[in-house]
Amino acid sequence: MTQKFDLIEKEARETWENTENSNTPHIYIGCATCGNATGAQSVVRTIKKKLEEEKVDAVVKEIGCIGMCFAEVLVDVIKPGQPRISYHGVTPETAEEIVESYLVNDDHRPDLALGYFGKSGPDDIERIDTGDVFKNQQRVILKNCGNIDPENINEYIAHGGYRGLAETIGKKQEDIINILKDSNLRGRGGAGFPTGRKWESCLRPQADQKYVICNADEGDPGAFMDRSVLEGDPHSVIEGMIIAGYAIGSSKGYFYVRAEYPLAIRRLRKAIEQAKEKNLLGDNVLDSDFCFDLEIFQGAGAFVCGESTALVMSIEGNRGWPKPLPRPRTTEEGLWGKPTLLNNVKTFSVVPQILSKGADWFKNIGTAGSPGTAVFALTGKIKRSGLIEVPMGIELGKIIREIGGGILDDKKFKAVQTGGPSGGCLPEDKLDLSVDFDTLVKAGSMMGSGGMVVIDESTCMVDIARYFLDFTFEESCGQCVPCRQGTQQMLTVLNDICEGRGREGDIEHLLELGDSIIKGSICGLGQTAPNPVLSTVQYFRDEYEAHIKDKACPALVCKNLIMFHIDEEKCTACGRCRKACPVEAISGEKKVPHKIDQNICTRCGICFSECPERFSAVDRLTGKEKLAATSGKEG
Amino acid sequence: MQEQTSKALSAFAGKRNEVIPMLQAVQNEIGYLPEEAIREIAEIIGMPESKVYGTATFYSQFYFSPRGKRTVKVCLGTACHVRGGMQVMEALEREMDIKAGETTEDFKFSLERVNCVGSCALAPVVMVDDDVFGRVVSKEAKEVLKQSDPEV
Repeated sequence: MTQKFDLIEKEARETWENTENSNTPHIYIGCATCGNATGAQSVVRTIKKKLEEEKVDAVVKEIGCIGMCFAEVLVDVIKPGQPRISYHGVTPETAEEIVESYLVNDDHRPDLALGYFGKSGPDDIERIDTGDVFKNQQRVILKNCGNIDPENINEYIAHGGYRGLAETIGKKQEDIINILKDSNLRGRGGAGFPTGRKWESCLRPQADQKYVICNADEGDPGAFMDRSVLEGDPHSVIEGMIIAGYAIGSSKGYFYVRAEYPLAIRRLRKAIEQAKEKNLLGDNVLDSDFCFDLEIFQGAGAFVCGESTALVMSIEGNRGWPKPLPRPRTTEEGLWGKPTLLNNVKTFSVVPQILSKGADWFKNIGTAGSPGTAVFALTGKIKRSGLIEVPMGIELGKIIREIGGGILDDKKFKAVQTGGPSGGCLPEDKLDLSVDFDTLVKAGSMMGSGGMVVIDESTCMVDIARYFLDFTFEESCGQCVPCRQGTQQMLTVLNDICEGRGREGDIEHLLELGDSIIKGSICGLGQTAPNPVLSTVQYFRDEYEAHIKDKACPALVCKNLIMFHIDEEKCTACGRCRKACPVEAISGEKKVPHKIDQNICTRCGICFSECPERFSAVDRLTGKEKLAATSGKEG
Repeated sequence: MQEQTSKALSAFAGKRNEVIPMLQAVQNEIGYLPEEAIREIAEIIGMPESKVYGTATFYSQFYFSPRGKRTVKVCLGTACHVRGGMQVMEALEREMDIKAGETTEDFKFSLERVNCVGSCALAPVVMVDDDVFGRVVSKEAKEVLKQSDPEV
């Protein structure tokens, strides 16, 4: 089998090397969803036009996300014999300047550059790959993202792609699964179930048909890892699925992708076509007897469909309802009642590398219990938001301080949320924890699929718990009572607490409800829904108590517990807040300090953000302070 | 509308598992799912209308009444939530004089909350159809609408 692939690989390598070693400059533009959202497409158009005007011959490539979302739009230029220079925050205007200065002339424009990649480069800009963002990262799953053209299969092959598949075909199925078992790879969807064991339990049953499904229904609010992999390196996921098909004896696979990911879907379609053309997918893969076909199914917007039995129901054309307990495992009775293997995007994408580099290579990364790497979407109140990949076992605080560069506006760190609506919030004294499946669960959170949201002092922990509960309540499929009614009851209590109606005993009530929901729900959504509340009660109980006892929101977020007040001594009567107030609650005239009518004020906070920082005349008050002020003349 | 529905459904074989793709195709064509379209899908597949409707209402992607010409989507994913997305939503609700999930009387805009558009680094994010506005503050609500429709 490898003979045929050797030819394909040789051809791909040659094509790649020809363009790489040509005397033409290369321009890479980050065109994943995040880049496009920042204006990458207009930068692409401008660069192409300018190159044409200046009659400069260059290869322009739209690449996936390299992970430095904070620096978008990113444009990288590689001139023959020169290092890769990365330009950040590029606009159509600066794009023209870059072409003119660096490509037409030879000025690398240190004022616009973020830095360079590689061992040597200009002295006046920094080296990026050994800098704070990358030195703690280890790119395995993301190794191609932002480095190759995701729409060109030859580039994937030239970087070792499809070698894992070529070496798989012809091998015994058990041998492939044993490599995975030996590697101790655990599913990257969140729960961390051993992948090899899952594949094995799908190989065992005899059936005329089996299915492989890639779960790309990334529904966590605040997470975009799977999307970035699909957009930046779609072939790696496809290759992993084909290998899975061979290993368990399946000829049909499905991608279950959120319809909200149009670019990922388009790139997948293209990648599937290309793989078919090269005989890597479809009938008689690499001239063997093995046939495997892939189809894309677009999810229609239901978080619960991330659950395996619900996802299967959805593909079959039903409501995405998890099957009631007791239920057979999906690996035994899944889609159309047939054995079905369901894995996350990142799990499939790392499989080819494990098969081509060996289980030991994989085990050498990360920790013994959680080998390999973890991909996170690092967001929230962090200086450098982005997509990162770190070896398992890294210290949590290192991610925030070094890779993320610390807290935005130099505010105080309060918590880090992982695992999305199923996870929890960890406080500052947990920042020395090791990032792996087991440690995070022990601390009351979880790895989850990879959302990592950093929270600072200006976020209310009760409000954030309410936010997640509101999400799970909305997304509960409504089948089982503990989840449907339980999340609603918890949400009611949380609303009461946030709106100033909290009572003694509410916290205990929340804990009791949480316990019942975890024990009584039939699927993962319900069983983990209370986690955000339980972990915030565990670590931030004082904030709950302040809301309940003092009717105070320490973070000054909960509207019913705060009021806006204008300090007469600081107010210069500039009138900005009065003009901006959407409900005309502010009175005053020139030279007369302004006042807020508390009966009209809706606490939208516009006056607070409108008041110039040099005056800072608008205060937010809460709890006893608020009572004191309201009992005064503004009453 | 009948014509549009038939056109959208012409590519399907009418198998049971095509319900969701068929609903998606009709909505792509018409912008929402009119009663007649649901009836037609039910007939093609040979499934009770109530069952098709039951499947459609389960998923948040589907709409059952005409939508505005443009859809304003306010992201309220976790990153946008902690960076003030809710204030932006409230400002847009005030500016458009509708609540999230509703459509303006002149059918120019629909307003929606979405859970993460995946541009967390730009939070809070507002999308008007495919145009993305990043790092929006509440006082820019009017500006976002104005840029999307000069008549606002």
